[in-house]
Amino acid sequence: MKEIKVLGPGCARCGKTVDMVREEAARLGVAVTVEKVTDFAEIAGYGIAATPGIVIDGKVVHAGGLPRVEDLTAWLSA
Amino acid sequence: MSGDIAAPRPAQRSAAIWLAGSAMAVGVWFIVYRQLVPFSEWAVALSPLQPGSAAFEALKFFLYDTPKVLLLLTLVVFAMGVVRSYFSPDRTRALLAGRAEGLGNIAAAGLGVFTPFCSCSAVPLFVGFVSAGVPLGVTFSFLIAAPMVNEVALGLLFALVGWRVALTYLVFGLGVAIISGWVIGRLKLEGWLEPWVLKIRVDAVDIKRADLTIIDRIRSGLEAVKDIVGKVWLWIIAGIAAGALIHGYVPADLLATIMGRDAWWSVPAAVVLGVPMYSNAAGIIPVVEALLGKGAALGTVLAFMMSVIALSLPEMIILRKVLTIRLIAVFAGVVASGILVVGFLFNTLF
Repeated sequence: MKEIKVLGPGCARCGKTVDMVREEAARLGVAVTVEKVTDFAEIAGYGIAATPGIVIDGKVVHAGGLPRVEDLTAWLSA
Repeated sequence: MSGDIAAPRPAQRSAAIWLAGSAMAVGVWFIVYRQLVPFSEWAVALSPLQPGSAAFEALKFFLYDTPKVLLLLTLVVFAMGVVRSYFSPDRTRALLAGRAEGLGNIAAAGLGVFTPFCSCSAVPLFVGFVSAGVPLGVTFSFLIAAPMVNEVALGLLFALVGWRVALTYLVFGLGVAIISGWVIGRLKLEGWLEPWVLKIRVDAVDIKRADLTIIDRIRSGLEAVKDIVGKVWLWIIAGIAAGALIHGYVPADLLATIMGRDAWWSVPAAVVLGVPMYSNAAGIIPVVEALLGKGAALGTVLAFMMSVIALSLPEMIILRKVLTIRLIAVFAGVVASGILVVGFLFNTLF
């Protein structure tokens, strides 16, 4: 079970990122929990400067803009 | 070995296809662009309006400017989307962390032109910068330059009003961002941040990212077109409609009187008027074009444009989450003063 957090204050791209993560996880058949983190202090605590950010099992893998699908595949199947 | 030359790797081949496709699209763009004047003349002739009347001129301006601005915007945004893929807020932050003020302000303003930035992520960016050791004043230089001197504004200004005005805007926009940030840094206002911001002290994360290929960069250009043009086209049409009305109906001597260089009060009036107006840079430029064409003074128009783009009420409300009201007031006051100076300077010099 991968624990995934999407960091973002609620912009359109943040919601899109959550959908992309869910879809890709479903496609790969990987069990995940996806949590949205919208609190500014908590987002900043991860040390990123741009949103949306993606954290997988406590590790920041992405910050700023929509992720690439190829990258999502690689992160989720790692 | 010779097989490599005869049959390029699939990755190389698809990169070549993407490049060729982009080149062809740009070619088509130029062909369409050259048809705009005949198109607008043909389209306006279909209307029952009297040639030479105010309504005729307004309609002609609208029919010519709408496709022109949309076409230019698409090309500019695409090119800048590709350029921007070489920059990211994280990299910019790494470049700015621990910089001394002065040089740091200059670097921050310069990077602000190219770093992808949307006002919806102003807060994470602000906290991310400050908590990673970018000085407050340097952070402000970035935060002022990023929306004000953005590539879309510059590209459109260059295309519609000419390179002199675009260059002037670039130099003085950067100047306002650099000096305002430097002043805010000198005032030592770190204590006026919301307390939680100062408690966060984290190391900037180092995200290993796969190298982007040329295909990824072309894709991010297309992505930018979809994103930005999709978001601002309505603003632009509204801006062009306003510009068309000015062009057709506003008498030239009226504007020269209220927005001319002799009316000193028009500069502060333009700044005050610009704050509650929230428009994208792309929407304001057709208005700028029409105002200049009617004899408004360059300094007054620049001040208006800078105020609309750089001092926006919604962004200040977002920043309230990290800044106290006092600090927001200082920020607005310093930037507004900078814009005033630019406006007066221009009306005096030119």
